[in-house]
Amino acid sequence: MIKLENVSKAYRVDGRDIPALAGVSLSITAGSVFGIIGHSGAGKSTLIRLINLLERPSGGRILLDDDDVTELNASALRGLRQQVGMIFQHFNLLGSKTIAENVAFPLKIAGSLNKAQIAQRVDELLALVGLSDHRDKYPAQLSGGQKQRVGIARALANRPKVLLCDEATSALDPQTTQSVLQLLLDINKQLGLTIVLITHEMDVIRTICDRVAVIDGGLIVEEGPVTQVFLHPKHPTTRRFVFEAEHIDENKQYDDYQHVEGKIVRLTFIGESTYHPILGSVARDCAVDFSILAGRIERIKDTPCGQLTLALSGHDVDAALARFSATGIDVEVLR
Amino acid sequence: MEFFNQLTANIDWVEIWLAGQDTLLMLAGSLVFTLVLGLPLGVLLFLTGKRQLLDQPAVYGVLSFLVNVLRSVPFVILLIIMIPFTVLIAGTSLGVAGAIPPLVVGATPFFARLVETALREVDRGIIEATQSMGASTRQIVFGALLPEALPGILAAITVTAITLVSYAAMSGVIGGGGLGDLAIRFGYQRFQTDVMVVTVILLLILVQILQMVGDRLVTHFSRK
Repeated sequence: MIKLENVSKAYRVDGRDIPALAGVSLSITAGSVFGIIGHSGAGKSTLIRLINLLERPSGGRILLDDDDVTELNASALRGLRQQVGMIFQHFNLLGSKTIAENVAFPLKIAGSLNKAQIAQRVDELLALVGLSDHRDKYPAQLSGGQKQRVGIARALANRPKVLLCDEATSALDPQTTQSVLQLLLDINKQLGLTIVLITHEMDVIRTICDRVAVIDGGLIVEEGPVTQVFLHPKHPTTRRFVFEAEHIDENKQYDDYQHVEGKIVRLTFIGESTYHPILGSVARDCAVDFSILAGRIERIKDTPCGQLTLALSGHDVDAALARFSATGIDVEVLR
Repeated sequence: MEFFNQLTANIDWVEIWLAGQDTLLMLAGSLVFTLVLGLPLGVLLFLTGKRQLLDQPAVYGVLSFLVNVLRSVPFVILLIIMIPFTVLIAGTSLGVAGAIPPLVVGATPFFARLVETALREVDRGIIEATQSMGASTRQIVFGALLPEALPGILAAITVTAITLVSYAAMSGVIGGGGLGDLAIRFGYQRFQTDVMVVTVILLLILVQILQMVGDRLVTHFSRK
């Protein structure tokens, strides 16, 4: 369980305070994958660095399993950091050490294992991320995706409870991104590890996160389950992220509907209802005609979901809408 | 052969051999002390610098000023003002032993600055990653910073060693011994140009070897 209570951070530049975060409160459940999305400069890098105190907050409390991390002394803080793994956009591997040495490094820092135990743990970790064949290579000899896998193995070395991901896939190509995200998801399920990630890519959020917070101008502007935020974005920043990801131009869409007859509604299906033949049966029963103006069906993490924009006309449109609502489909009347 | 003998009439090869040994001794001795003193000083300069791990502006200011003072004194002057101090710690201000203290004092600040620069070249992300593992400052320095900066530090050692060769030659002015001393006493003061030429050639060879070895080591440890 990670809790941020009214956390703020300001940087002092040339004698002036430049605010980066202005009173952020978040609660992250143990074992979940929590995403924070924002444009560059929104404060997300600062936010994730507060959790392991790479940045000190200017105000507020940061609780990790009920311990206020801001009150820890230097050695307790080092102990805490060993319980919180972190991976980075640019991997930050030590170029002077081999892959195996990089993974062994946090174990040596922690100092609780002997040489043989370290070697054994390194083998386990390299097997976990699928890099056993590369143990004696140097980072410069690996591809970006492989480097991030080393980063993940290194971050997991001390069996942390939390993994912080700082734009972990932003430097990778789309295919490699997917494989790294899959690895993170596997780790989350296998080890029950809490993952906190920051990103500017909605795709990352959709693929692996359970909950998402949208950050803009140093404030959390929207927060909730990914399906909820993704299908019903409220804040303008959130809408921009969602529509960017879906290649939707909202304004253009509404213009297109001007010539369309009837009532325009948006139906949102979440979970199993996505696959039910509800549309046809309602149309028959209520004697309405529909045309599909826009639609998408996809999976958000493990949940199938769909969203259809329909133009309805005919005998009993209101009854049809009531039927939709009754089956658990979310109905929004757009016009 | 006759021509060669005439050309090198003034050269006493035994003398050159001994002077060469002295030069190597001065170089080795002063280099060891310079590294031992300069490396920690360079690390301290780096760590206390602005926005670095220790971030101690006052300490940095004092150290930095001290380094600048020593670096701005011309080496010939340093040789002379160091004499009483040299006698105190080396027992003499002459010969190999007398040359080493001023050489160390002259080269240490120079080397420390180079070390500081080499450490600054290390990606901040690596320091941050090491911090995030729960490393102490000591562990960051020895586990991450120094290994990552090793190629830069080796290059700094190479430059410092070569600087020491030329400083050691200068110490001939105050009776420091070695090839430089020979060049001044015979080549310059007695107009024996052949001695001058031979000593310069030998110094050139020494510098070449140092540079080559240094470059090789830098390449070997660069892991790129």
